[in-house]
Amino acid sequence: MATAAAPSKVGQRRRFRPSRALRYLILSAGAVLFVAPFLYMVSSSFQPLSEIFSSPPRWIPDNPTLQNYRDFFGSGHSIGRWIVNSAFTTATITVLQLFFSSLVAYTFAKRTFPGRDFLFFLGLATMMLPVQVTLIPNYLILKAVPLFGGNDIMGVGGHGWLDSYWGIIVPNLVNPFGIFLLRQYMKSIPDELLDAARIDGAGHFKIYWKVVLPLSRPALAALAILTFQFWWGAFFWPLIIISSPELYTLPLGLALFQDANRTVWNLIMAGSVLAAVPLIVLFLVFQRQFVRGISLSGMKG
Amino acid sequence: MAQVAVPGTKARPQPRRKPRRGLRGLLKEMRRERTAYLMNAPGLILFVTFTLYAILVSLWISFHDWDLIEPDRPFIGLDNYREVLGDGAFWAAIWHTVYFTVGSVLPAMAIGLGLALLLNTQMRALGLFRAMYYLPAITPLVIAAIIWKWVYNADYGLANYYLLRLGVIDDPVNWLGSRGLAMPAVIVMGIWISVGFNMIVYLAGLQAIPNELYEAADVDGASAWQRFRRITFPLVAPTTFFLLIVQSIWGMQAFDQIFVMTNGGPPGPGGATTTVVYYLWQQGFRFFRMGYASAMAYILFALLFVVSFVQFRWYLKQVER
Repeated sequence: MATAAAPSKVGQRRRFRPSRALRYLILSAGAVLFVAPFLYMVSSSFQPLSEIFSSPPRWIPDNPTLQNYRDFFGSGHSIGRWIVNSAFTTATITVLQLFFSSLVAYTFAKRTFPGRDFLFFLGLATMMLPVQVTLIPNYLILKAVPLFGGNDIMGVGGHGWLDSYWGIIVPNLVNPFGIFLLRQYMKSIPDELLDAARIDGAGHFKIYWKVVLPLSRPALAALAILTFQFWWGAFFWPLIIISSPELYTLPLGLALFQDANRTVWNLIMAGSVLAAVPLIVLFLVFQRQFVRGISLSGMKG
Repeated sequence: MAQVAVPGTKARPQPRRKPRRGLRGLLKEMRRERTAYLMNAPGLILFVTFTLYAILVSLWISFHDWDLIEPDRPFIGLDNYREVLGDGAFWAAIWHTVYFTVGSVLPAMAIGLGLALLLNTQMRALGLFRAMYYLPAITPLVIAAIIWKWVYNADYGLANYYLLRLGVIDDPVNWLGSRGLAMPAVIVMGIWISVGFNMIVYLAGLQAIPNELYEAADVDGASAWQRFRRITFPLVAPTTFFLLIVQSIWGMQAFDQIFVMTNGGPPGPGGATTTVVYYLWQQGFRFFRMGYASAMAYILFALLFVVSFVQFRWYLKQVER
């Protein structure tokens, strides 16, 4: 079809019937509803328990206090450790996943070698695989890692990589979705740039590191943010393999904490704020990358 | 032959090679491209171990009476599969999962599209609105579930307070404790958390529609509804399809919010909110019936495959029109 005309802003503005005010009204009302539960969490985290349990609900604390946060840290659990665990596993998974995924993506996008298309197809096919299919075998595989966690050379006798950082991190270092997203992006890098580097004597690894990676920065940033977000909030996998309280991640510890202490909503809310805040900050700082990451995944998916 | 791998000799743009004939040619080519395999190695080893090998182990386990604690694990053929298919609790879990998925995914997509349509203008507050609607989506699921558990609290929750004030209900409701209302309550939270994602993806889809189409429609005097029905909706069909797939997979995996909000309850036959993943987790990691849970995972996989296939067929039909 003929769509040669330059985009016209006038037409775009004229396209909508409901008046501007009505549009803002609907959007604002909805936005308030969406943010309200969140604000209530934050507000509750600064209220003493008596105030939390009073009616009507307080949106602004009468007597704002930091006591809940102090009490949460003093609740006898290794809260500081949970935060460190979350930060360490999330950061490690993000960095290594990006490295391994980008290596694979580079060979898929820019090199021809026997078996490439087969591997690519295999990766795509497993994207549809529900995680539950690999859940139990991976649990058993980790349990049988030799010479770790009290295991002998045959992988028997102890708990292997279960209940350890290894167990959280290692099985999650490859993600077909990430490889796919990066490959699509790297394909758009002109071959001439790579050829120029090759003429200058660069090897494959150097081309990957000095040419392709820097040019893929937007896609890498988007993927990094999505990966970080996912693993900071991850619950299912840590729940499966972690049993020692000092190895809990923050979401795991918090979920079990609220399960065991069903009435101390003030402390639970303080903990929830702690878990949510890093992602909020990340989102506010990198909003553009967030949006691009989601759009990238949406358009290329 | 070895000189091929020396970096200095690569000083010409690589021609696009034609595949060689014969095993020797293949091996030669594999040798020349060995750095490609080297680069793939870390990812490939992990993929082979934790995905391909795991799939086979899972299948193997599913044919055994595999108890985590019991050392004796006899081969029992298809008995696990037979038992799963005859297990009322499994089918109840399937039903709960479908209920949750359809109940939360379709409204979240519709609301997301609506918001994207409203936001798709030169709007001053676009960034602010986008951030506000996306806020739930960046909240870790466990945290969102905790917030909503508090909102639904029968004695002190926001939901009861405001619904009583508005006169929608006459008495406080125990949302998460009642068999009929627990799942709708979980669904509302599911919608809340996923609208933002749908909105952003739709916004990207809408922005890719050429403006000229709308101008032409304006010239033809099309109504707002006609423009939506004839231009917008067909042209965002790929986005809709993508979201349908991604969000269905998300819904089918529902676990965190169930764990936190209801523990699969309230009690009763099957538990009113026990989803497939929750049931699988219970069987595998609470009762240690790993063979049984593996068989369940494979049946779930088969069902998901059929669902995706049906969705794909539907999508092709949409595109043809």
